[in-house]
Amino acid sequence: MATPDNKLAFDGGWAYEPAPESTDHINIKSRYGLFINGDFVKPEKGKYFDTVNPATEEKLSRVADASQGDVDKAVRAAREAYRTTWGRMKAKERGKYIYRIARIMQERAREFSVIESLDGGKPIRESRDVDVPLAAAHFFYYAGWADKLEYAFPGRVAKSLGVAGQVIPWNFPLLMAAWKIAPALACGNTVVLKPAETTPLTALKLAEVIADAGLPPGVVNIVTGAGATGAAIVEHPDVDKVAFTGSTNVGRMIQKAIAGTRKKYTLELGGKAANIIFADAAIDQAVEGIVNGIFFNQGHVCCAGSRLLVQESVADEVIAKLKDRMETLIVGDPLDKNTDIGAINSSMQLEKIQSYLKIGKNEGGDMHQSSCRVPKKGYWCRPTIFTGVSQSSRVVQEEIFGPVLAIQTFRRYDEALTKANNTPYGLSGGVWTDKGAKIFKMTQNMRAGVVWANTFNKFDPTSPFGGYKESGVGREGGLHGLDAYVKLGAK
Amino acid sequence: MSAKRIAVAKTYKIYIGGKFPRTESGRYFPLEDSKGNVIANMCRGSRKDFRNAVVAARGAQPGWANASAYLRGQILYRIAEMLEGRREQFVTELQQQGSTLRAAEKELDLSIDRLIYYAGWTDKYQQVFSAVNPVNSSHFNFSVLEATGVVSILAPDDSSLLGLISNIAPAIAGGNTCVVLASESKPMCAVSFAEVLHASDVPGGVVNILTGFRAELTEFFASHMDVNAVIYCDGGKAIARKVQILAADNIKRVIERTRMDWLGDAENPYLIRDTQEVKTTWHPIGS
Repeated sequence: MATPDNKLAFDGGWAYEPAPESTDHINIKSRYGLFINGDFVKPEKGKYFDTVNPATEEKLSRVADASQGDVDKAVRAAREAYRTTWGRMKAKERGKYIYRIARIMQERAREFSVIESLDGGKPIRESRDVDVPLAAAHFFYYAGWADKLEYAFPGRVAKSLGVAGQVIPWNFPLLMAAWKIAPALACGNTVVLKPAETTPLTALKLAEVIADAGLPPGVVNIVTGAGATGAAIVEHPDVDKVAFTGSTNVGRMIQKAIAGTRKKYTLELGGKAANIIFADAAIDQAVEGIVNGIFFNQGHVCCAGSRLLVQESVADEVIAKLKDRMETLIVGDPLDKNTDIGAINSSMQLEKIQSYLKIGKNEGGDMHQSSCRVPKKGYWCRPTIFTGVSQSSRVVQEEIFGPVLAIQTFRRYDEALTKANNTPYGLSGGVWTDKGAKIFKMTQNMRAGVVWANTFNKFDPTSPFGGYKESGVGREGGLHGLDAYVKLGAK
Repeated sequence: MSAKRIAVAKTYKIYIGGKFPRTESGRYFPLEDSKGNVIANMCRGSRKDFRNAVVAARGAQPGWANASAYLRGQILYRIAEMLEGRREQFVTELQQQGSTLRAAEKELDLSIDRLIYYAGWTDKYQQVFSAVNPVNSSHFNFSVLEATGVVSILAPDDSSLLGLISNIAPAIAGGNTCVVLASESKPMCAVSFAEVLHASDVPGGVVNILTGFRAELTEFFASHMDVNAVIYCDGGKAIARKVQILAADNIKRVIERTRMDWLGDAENPYLIRDTQEVKTTWHPIGS
């Protein structure tokens, strides 16, 4: 409906009533131990830490803080399971266990969605429609590969590696667990996984599912904790493979820590994707793409379209339409089905984002935020854009991991390409134009592992994901994602 | 008594950007035959030579990667043709560096055939390793391989020609450009191979070859921030550790190669794939 000044008004002048998802059907225990060898066990040193709802700052549960001794125990259990059960099982049977995990997750999907939103702050619309269904689909996809590996690597024989140590981030807690665990199991490895310290709950619920699915004890072990726990897994001498998703800085530390060990590794690290809008693009669709690119999941997305490169002749129009659209975005209760942007994941992350807002302003950038109200309690950041920034600005070069977009303009396609490629990262990119030849010119020359043309932030279990340059090593998803969990030998 | 003709000795230089400069450092190291006679003064390449070579390799990389696969295949084939034509020279050099005649001839046979093998892969590995991905939404989604970029190669010391070629060929077949450190103890063939490359329509900068001391240069090959991947050969645990630690500064791909990769199971497209990136592209299907 058009309003007097012709602004977008999705509410038609009426205020939205709250539409919260109910929480009465979920079950969160007051305290969680470590999932080792098929059971929840107490941490050796008896230490626990709180996990907090970032939208209310209220404690949801206490989870165990795993020490070196706990990690040793988990790795021992994984090794034993690899040696005695999982590593010897017929591939077809292995696949059937993984299918079970997918099915139980689908059955319990709503519970997972609600807990994901409670623990991480993401809107229920996203956890319900993206995170949880994709996580289940990932298990379903890789389950089918278990007995078909000989077709994935022509001319080679693929063998399992042994024990995989996996450390995942807080932005897609359950989905990242699925990305890590599903291919590892399909290829015949056993797993020790550490979820992020601010979002451990859905991984612990996944442990319940794995137990319900009847997997042999020790095949999947889930240990909670902070950086020290992660380091203990990565550096454990009996771990054969390290898989990490997180920041480039930590990725670099991991690559150094395992130097000389012959551990296989995959790293999914940071990004600073350029979303490139040409004058001949469908502008309204492109604006939706920009919004989805940077405000999806509060911008806590490694492949977020955090740089907008817009052709000069349409820059004013695109920015005006973007500002209009930003006004319609609802920031607030993650459990409300109308919410577009949920809570920032933690107070630490909010501080980091706010420091970048200051940096951007100090560097001479022109900051604009939507005028929406945000709740008093909890961690929130309004959708934000910067114009008047240069290629060397820190808000253009560095990953902010929040709902903050840096906008630059370009005249010719080669200028757009040069700017797009001019960061140390190379995870993803976007291009919007109605000309097919231009799409291929751009997508072929963007140095990035995932490129979205006339779309953005799409994911699928069959679609390989991973970065060029300092955005990481290796791919996850699809046929190419199997490679990370096998060693190849001559036939 | 007729006057005996004085032979013309060759000056062994390094190969950067399609040219044969001496090392900018002005340093050399003498190469001796088994009797202790000096047979050549080799360039003792420096960090600056390496950096110049990386600039050349970076400059040549997009053009080489965007050359058609058919053209890259023909150029690799041309290298083999040129090497075949000069096999006597290489056999002699290998013997000067300690090979028996039989071993030298065998190394030439394998080296030439290896180039032909990878020449044939340039327009095929993409079809073997690409995928159209059946995503659960209305999108056309496909994954292809692209060259990782600039690759630094610490070639093996023991197999000075076959080991060199077995590491260069898969990297350039896949559209990468490279900077190579030749065998330290047997560097002559590498310089002569640069001359073969020069005569084979390989664009300048695609392959750059330095001679020098491994202990001095390994660090730079592993740490340079504009190198995307580093290949090291027959390194012990200490070398592996050193290379991997330095390579981590810009998240380089680190590839370890062993004797098997040039003497054993050396002909397979997975050696090309080692220096490739997977790029996935999405586009909506709709009106």
